[in-house]
Amino acid sequence: MRGIVKRFPGVLANDRIDFDVRAGEIHALLGENGAGKTTLMNILYGLYRPDQGQILLNGRAVAIHSPADAIRLGIGMIHQHFMLVPTLSVAENVALGLPSSRGFLLDLDVVTRRIRELSNVYGLRVDPTAMVWQLAVGEQQRVEILKALYRGADLLILDEPTAVLTPQEVRELFATLRRMAGEGHSLIFISHKLHEVLSISDRVTVLRDGRVVKTLPTSEATREELARLMVGREVLLRVERSPVELGDVRLSLKDLWAHGDKGVPALRGVTLAVRAGEILGIAGVSGNGQRELAEVIAGLRTPSQGQVEIDGMDTTGWSPERLLKHGLAYIPEERMRDGVVRDFSVEENLILKDHVDRPFASGIFMNFGTIASYADRLIENFDIRTPSRDAPLKNLSGGNIQKIVLARELSREPRVLVAAQPTRGVDISATEYIHQRLIAQRAKGTATLLISEDLDEILNLSDRIAVMYEGQIVGVVDQREATVEQLGLMMAGAHKV
Amino acid sequence: MHKGVARGTRFRPFIGSLFWALTPLYATVLALLVGAVMLLLLGVNPLQAYSAMVSGAFGSSNALADTLVKATPLLFVGLGICIAFRGGVLNIGGEGQLVAGAVAATAVALSLSHWPGWAIIPLCLTVGFLAGAIWGGIAGVLKAYLNVNEILSTIMLNMIAVQGMNFLLRGPLMDPMQVEAGSFIPQTARFSVTTDLPRLVPTRLHAGTALAVLLAVLVYIFLWRTTIGYRIRAVGLNPDASRAAGINVERYMMLSLILGGALAGLGGAVQVLGLHHRMFTDGSATGFTGGAGFNGIVAALFGKLHPLGTIPASILFGALIVGANQMQRAVQVPSSFITALNGLVVVFVVGSDILSRRRARRAVGQA
Repeated sequence: MRGIVKRFPGVLANDRIDFDVRAGEIHALLGENGAGKTTLMNILYGLYRPDQGQILLNGRAVAIHSPADAIRLGIGMIHQHFMLVPTLSVAENVALGLPSSRGFLLDLDVVTRRIRELSNVYGLRVDPTAMVWQLAVGEQQRVEILKALYRGADLLILDEPTAVLTPQEVRELFATLRRMAGEGHSLIFISHKLHEVLSISDRVTVLRDGRVVKTLPTSEATREELARLMVGREVLLRVERSPVELGDVRLSLKDLWAHGDKGVPALRGVTLAVRAGEILGIAGVSGNGQRELAEVIAGLRTPSQGQVEIDGMDTTGWSPERLLKHGLAYIPEERMRDGVVRDFSVEENLILKDHVDRPFASGIFMNFGTIASYADRLIENFDIRTPSRDAPLKNLSGGNIQKIVLARELSREPRVLVAAQPTRGVDISATEYIHQRLIAQRAKGTATLLISEDLDEILNLSDRIAVMYEGQIVGVVDQREATVEQLGLMMAGAHKV
Repeated sequence: MHKGVARGTRFRPFIGSLFWALTPLYATVLALLVGAVMLLLLGVNPLQAYSAMVSGAFGSSNALADTLVKATPLLFVGLGICIAFRGGVLNIGGEGQLVAGAVAATAVALSLSHWPGWAIIPLCLTVGFLAGAIWGGIAGVLKAYLNVNEILSTIMLNMIAVQGMNFLLRGPLMDPMQVEAGSFIPQTARFSVTTDLPRLVPTRLHAGTALAVLLAVLVYIFLWRTTIGYRIRAVGLNPDASRAAGINVERYMMLSLILGGALAGLGGAVQVLGLHHRMFTDGSATGFTGGAGFNGIVAALFGKLHPLGTIPASILFGALIVGANQMQRAVQVPSSFITALNGLVVVFVVGSDILSRRRARRAVGQA
């Protein structure tokens, strides 16, 4: 790709980007959110057209106007969200949209045979006759890769492929990717996880603000350098955790059971305790009851059995309003749905939980002067990048929106904090900041329950780590003794060893 | 990052580029252009027709007064719609709430006709307000506690209100003179003159119009300056986040339906006290309301669900109704054309609203 320029109204998403991939190479594309990675790949895959620049494939200039063009040219893309039909089998999904070798008759037996061949060559273990909805996330991803290979992809784009996988699944995926590269395929690996980029890629291209900052061989790169290139300044990759004197038990869960949205038990007897000044990390692959756990504590889901105690009081079944008055703060997993009102201003979002209390209201009337100075103070204290406190929240980046949630929750001086996926989809500099804030809150004596799928985050912040699997706590380990290996096994359901 | 965002969150409905803020106006002009084509097909000179319309709506002090009188119930209903829609409930029950308020005020006005004006008028208005609140509140309770879709329930309640009105006007509330004379026209006796709302100028314009404008200001203050209004708006924009923030979502949805109904009910009371001085029916709702319960929704949407924007929007629709009647007389178009023209404006306005929202979403998506 040469001199690619793509403009959106008010934004230069790609600014004269040169990018090349060699045959048999794994080339990582690294950058913060909004750096232009996805735009560039969408151009390559025919979803956008570049305003300037050209794409050369095997030395020949090509015009890619649609994903169909891209597929014909041997370009495949594995999206972050899988594009599979859950009610169809693996073979049916692979065959979907392709002409049959028998005209109007289905040729699933041919497809099945070919899938088996591909599986063997690349080590992609998948049963072609299995229904997609029965497959684990890692297996579904393998189906996506098979789909692309089946369509003859020589160049494969993987958009943050590890975001949904356990460490073991990541290792398997990496083995497959190396095998594919060995067979001569070219791979573009999009990520913002530095250690993955370092372990899998041959070369790295770092994007920042729509420009290529640098392309370098991975063997010459270090974590610190990549982070610096990505952000444009020195970044603290590990936060300093000074020892904190543990206090009383602030949050205690006793044999908690709850149903999920589909009516099946999502929590099956969870018992945990978090002390003042402690961060308890909950690790696990998503969908193992973490969301339900957070919602039960926050009063948004009624447990079917068991008890929640905050500060020694039984708060089971309390309304969210009562809980937040009792000192509970909650950073929800889906911040746009549960955390903020996107059509409210920054200021209005900052007082979402306090607007009826003094000094923000007298009687039923709101005190806009007080609210404004409060909002300005939080914007400054929490380094929220916004044109003004009156700006609509929806115009802000994900990291800044999360800082607004953080500012609102932490300035309530919580006794107990439930932080669910606090840095998901947040760029590296905002992540650094949020981590520092959570650690600072720990030093103030808040009891924090940190739920995250990011093992690095869990290991980095937690004092103790509990692993959840299928609604149960598989085990609790001390952070100093925990290893990625061991946690990964526990996340897959193996009990503490 | 977006620059140049105007100050003053509470004035947000007014900001954004002026060009896009005026889309409803362009939509109206477009609708009138399509109407012009229809007029041509009917063999009528559109210029002549539209000039009759303008002079019918604004040409004299009487015309202007009639326009404002027609705009008044639209404004009452529209203000209720502002509250309800901002609270995330689609209140389609303006007709029923108008009727409920009017019937209740009528019953009080007829039975306490010996009371002095300073007592009976506020009482009638209060009763109308409460009756509308109850009528909206029924849908509110059904939604909040039984999860009944408010669109369905408010439409059903419209029908119930109309049949209730028909029953009362053909029975207990029927003018005794009619019964005696054996003519059985379904209407009440004229109220005692003590219940007449004061006239502002020597036209049909009555104090109810001023009350509506005052209420528009109050509703604006309510929605953007009070904690209750803040909560209603939060619930309407994001019920999940509101619940997580400790707001009782069901209660505030119910409240927005109650308040929306109350304002429409007050509008009904104002109609009988200020304009008709009696209640009557032709068997349907529109006979009494003139479709204000539905046109008020359009007026509110036209005013971008802002109480102050609903004032000019209501006047515009009032003018359309009054002017169209004049046009009908002047150029002899069928009355169904007037209905069609009204419908065209509604379709174009609603359509332009969808377009400008989509545009707003696109602008955000690319940020």
